[in-house]
Amino acid sequence: MIIKQLSVFVENKKGRMAEITDILAKNDIDIRALSIADTTDYGILRLIVDNPQKAQETLKSAGMTVTLTGVIAIAIPDKPGGLSSAVKVLSEKDIQIEYMYAFLNPTDDTAFVIMRVENEDNAIDALTKGGIRLMKEEDIYTI
Amino acid sequence: MKFYTQEIETASREQLREIQSERLCQMVKRCYENVPHYRRKFDEMGLKPEDIKSIDDLHKLPFTYKDDLRDNYPYNLFAVPKEEVVRIHASSGTTGKQTVVGYTQHDLDIWAESVARAIVAMGGSKSDYVHVSYGYGLFTGGLGLHDGATRLGASVIPVSSGNTKRQIQIMQDFKSDILCCTPSYAMFIGETCKEMGIDTKELPLKIGIFGAEAWSENMRREIEKSLNIKAYDIYGLSEIAGPGVAFECTDQSGMHVNEDYFYPEIIDPETGENLPDGEYGELVFTCIGKEALPLIRYRTRDICALTRGTCACGRTLVKMAKPKGRTDDMLIIRGVNVFPSQVEHVLLSLNMEPNYQIVVDRIGNLDTMEVKIEMSQDMFSDQVKAIAGYERKISAALQQTLNIAAKVTLVEPKSLPRSEGKAVRVIDNRKI
Repeated sequence: MIIKQLSVFVENKKGRMAEITDILAKNDIDIRALSIADTTDYGILRLIVDNPQKAQETLKSAGMTVTLTGVIAIAIPDKPGGLSSAVKVLSEKDIQIEYMYAFLNPTDDTAFVIMRVENEDNAIDALTKGGIRLMKEEDIYTI
Repeated sequence: MKFYTQEIETASREQLREIQSERLCQMVKRCYENVPHYRRKFDEMGLKPEDIKSIDDLHKLPFTYKDDLRDNYPYNLFAVPKEEVVRIHASSGTTGKQTVVGYTQHDLDIWAESVARAIVAMGGSKSDYVHVSYGYGLFTGGLGLHDGATRLGASVIPVSSGNTKRQIQIMQDFKSDILCCTPSYAMFIGETCKEMGIDTKELPLKIGIFGAEAWSENMRREIEKSLNIKAYDIYGLSEIAGPGVAFECTDQSGMHVNEDYFYPEIIDPETGENLPDGEYGELVFTCIGKEALPLIRYRTRDICALTRGTCACGRTLVKMAKPKGRTDDMLIIRGVNVFPSQVEHVLLSLNMEPNYQIVVDRIGNLDTMEVKIEMSQDMFSDQVKAIAGYERKISAALQQTLNIAAKVTLVEPKSLPRSEGKAVRVIDNRKI
């Protein structure tokens, strides 16, 4: 149930994103989802890709600082209140969300939410009991 | 072999003083007779060469400053006709003209002897392969170590600087025993070995002779670990000769000065008064053994201290401490004295690579100090708060050591300049 997210250190300077995405493109790595945490001096690029191990190796050998982080992905109905009910389940169990980002499923009317929580196992347990659908690793990589 | 010139290196204080006094008197006479600059200075002070009777009279003599070399550019301080000059070197000045220095054959001989003493004191011998990665050319590093190792009878591999992978290939294939380069380049060679997947324990390399820039004890340990060698400091400046003016022995407890050729003093940089042994002040040299450019009381702007006594290695030559910094690379930020080596020290104490750059600016009327540090795999996290925590930890440690607040900026790995000579550590954008 734990998905591997790629986190890349990106200094705030011209052409950096172009360089990273170009390396991924040249190595035939497909980006499934992404988000950026930005500060005044640098950003952290978070990526879900179809082959995280290969992406990590490729970026590392290009001299970048990269790490793989465990995150969880849930599928929720794409309608008002869909996200709220899922988040409520976590909040009731006192599970903090560090950050999250979402994208729509192109094939049906669900949305996917990627979440970084402090303790993945507790979150998975709470979400499962709360009736929230969790995505498997292979499902996310091959959306 | 323990000493290259045992009778000098283990001479008694009285014997050394006798040699020094005799050489000083001759040198002063030659300066007065052959160098208009010194004759004018002596005349202004009402000083005659005969007034200098022993090394104890040294304090009566005027100082020589880097500006005097610039004002007499290129050859006007030379004390011999050009027929006797056999070599010219120059150091790139950060401002204005280069500093030009000249050598007679005798000067090259004493310089080579000084370097040979250094190599032996560090455990080297004539059966070693000496890999010289200092630049060859006007810079004294390359040819200085080259001539010294040749004098000793070692096998010199004159690689010069640059092309790090090739350097490592040569170290492997040619079985280099001793590496000579700047300490920052030694660090870089260590990093490159790691990247190339080379286990440095497999290399024959055993000794490193590093100089030409300031480095700390922590950096020594880093280099010793990454290259699996003993790392020794060699001190020198082209105005006095080049590398080999002073050198560490295997005791690693200070650098023995070749004081029979280069006589050191420590002075208060403000008053010019001599300071007692053990006290830190500006290092001043008098080239008592040189012919072409015999500088009198040359102000090095290096801040250090001298200690006399018999070293564990058996040498009696006076020892100078590792310079704490230079009076001229000392930054004054918001009135606080900052040495770049302090930043290096902080990073190493936090187990970080000492790859940094200091950017000083003046915004409004306030000096700002930014320390750029390369992001490493250890520091990186997917969460901003973890990285920010690291930044705060570094800032706090810098504040503690420097007594001044510095903004820490994390930059991408390998993005800071690693020059293959001296690393560019400070960028001062202030217009004062």
